[in-house]
Amino acid sequence: MNWLSLAFSQIVNGLQAGSVYALVALGYSMVYGIILLLNFAHGDLIMVGAYTAFYAMTAFHLHPVVSVALAILISTALGVLVEKIAYTPLRSAPRLSLLITAIGISFLLENGAQLIFGADTKSMDPFVRGVLTLGNATVSYAALITILVSVIAMVGLTLMVKKTKLGKAMRAVSEDMGAAQLMGISLNKTISFTFAVGSALAGIGSVLYLCAYPQASPTMGSMLGLKAFVAAVLGGIGSIPGAMLGGFSIGLLEALVSAGGLSEWKDGVVFAVLIVVLLVKPAGILGKKIPEKL
Amino acid sequence: MDHQSEKKTAPIRIPTPMRYCMNLTLIGGLWLLFFGLIRAGSITNYWSGIIIMAGINMILAVSLNVATGYLGQLPLGHAGFMAVGAYAGGIWMRSTPAAGLIAADKMAAALPYVLAALLFSALTAGVFGLVIGIPALRLKGDYLAIITLGFGEIIRVVLTNIDSVLGFKLTYGAAGLKRIPKFSDFTLVFVCVILCCGLIHMLMKSRHGRAILSIRESEIAAESVGIRVTYYKTLAFVFSAMLAGVAGCLYAGYLGSLYPSTFKFMKSIEILGMVVLGGMGSMTGSILSAGVLTVLPELLRSVADYRMVAYSLILVLMMIFRPRGLLGGYDFSMSRVLEQGLNALLRPVPQQKGAGTNERSAK
Repeated sequence: MNWLSLAFSQIVNGLQAGSVYALVALGYSMVYGIILLLNFAHGDLIMVGAYTAFYAMTAFHLHPVVSVALAILISTALGVLVEKIAYTPLRSAPRLSLLITAIGISFLLENGAQLIFGADTKSMDPFVRGVLTLGNATVSYAALITILVSVIAMVGLTLMVKKTKLGKAMRAVSEDMGAAQLMGISLNKTISFTFAVGSALAGIGSVLYLCAYPQASPTMGSMLGLKAFVAAVLGGIGSIPGAMLGGFSIGLLEALVSAGGLSEWKDGVVFAVLIVVLLVKPAGILGKKIPEKL
Repeated sequence: MDHQSEKKTAPIRIPTPMRYCMNLTLIGGLWLLFFGLIRAGSITNYWSGIIIMAGINMILAVSLNVATGYLGQLPLGHAGFMAVGAYAGGIWMRSTPAAGLIAADKMAAALPYVLAALLFSALTAGVFGLVIGIPALRLKGDYLAIITLGFGEIIRVVLTNIDSVLGFKLTYGAAGLKRIPKFSDFTLVFVCVILCCGLIHMLMKSRHGRAILSIRESEIAAESVGIRVTYYKTLAFVFSAMLAGVAGCLYAGYLGSLYPSTFKFMKSIEILGMVVLGGMGSMTGSILSAGVLTVLPELLRSVADYRMVAYSLILVLMMIFRPRGLLGGYDFSMSRVLEQGLNALLRPVPQQKGAGTNERSAK
């Protein structure tokens, strides 16, 4: 029984971390799907969101709900701003330039945060407390909220992409940018909207991250972002359920590796999975095989 | 008569042996200048350390330039190869009698060990380059970037944790590999920089180099004229990794202690920044920007906090306003500059003089 409840709590831990990865992976996947850009700065939006929520709650003593809304708002605004300033001028440039720009923006956000907030890790009291007891096993409310929110976000996103007009425009642009433009779809609007949605998801992810580990540091986003990217590739880039599946798989895998006493090897294992996926099935689990554009 | 007039108007060309002599003189003079200044104490220990670091960064930048500028790929795991080279060199130097010789200040006696360490580092990094390159180079673009990033991170994780698995002391994990004999002095680094640049130059001017450039321009076209694309991609990648290994070995010999956390993803990006700022595909650009980006932060100590912010801002602005980098594909050649100068002086009639070379630099 003891063994079972341990396994259960590890699975919950894995799902909780996986939810955050999944939300971030969704953002990666959407942006990659539409302009084929590996948005390195995406992970750092999480860092910005986390700092926003952190300061809203500790320095300004705002209500958690207000802080959460603020965090989502600011990361969304920043995501769109970055797209407008840095990525739009490069839309017709070689992909390499775009990728290097994204790396530069990521670097800029990280070092800017370090300058403004300091290099140290800032910790706060957890703002979601309490556990739910189910027989022998316990689930923290934080984990419960995290998993629920991410599932809701995924369902909402799927509905939006499938049913709304903007979602249709997004799918059209990702399929063929030129043809979509000829059909009267505003490229700028659609791409900005994609960035806004992706960044909002990163904002939600940042708040959920804070639920799980109530601390913020300037470099927290880079590793999180990279792992989320691995999740997106694993699930199949450009696919919403794929990103979700990839995120949960990576979370569970990490929990498994940690439970096996190899937590030091966690990062290595995640990247090993990435390499295996890229070599064996580059389209990912649920992705369609798209030939690379020349 | 006719023949003579043709000779008179033909652009002046400096004969090849003379070009070599000129370049060797220039290199020798540069070495003598710095060496003399260091000996005379005009360059302090602190600054000669920075010059050594600049040299190491130059090797890193020109080696990454082979894969990025010439081959047209974007590997993000260059720090991983540097780490492999550094640890290989460090472990080698610690386990040979060289440590005692260097401690006793017998540099001449230790030289064979140092050269062997450099070779060993290059070979180890090259083997890693081969093992990583063969699967990674099957992918393109972003996927190649991300898979090399993954490999780079795995190298770091392995370096951190390998001792606990193998059960013996090899890399000393996160605590760091310490007490490596410090063998990197100015002359050694200088010679290595010149050798690396010379090797790259020789490779790129050969038919193998042209094959590599053709892959950058169009892989399909290159393949269709019979160039072995996979072979040359791997060749350039392994070559780039080997030189990074040499830089890593010099780094180990300069600092005397190594920590896996030095070789994070950030380090790879820093090297990439040097290549991008200098101009992808320009060795001169890589060397200049590696030098400037190493020395400048030391001059701007007072605003050191803003260093990385400025660095990343420059990277972004550069991509938006001048995506080809400062020098673009331009490479400095003293003989070419001299030829142009002589032609302008002695052949005032605007003929087709140096049309080929002008075209390249103005591109």
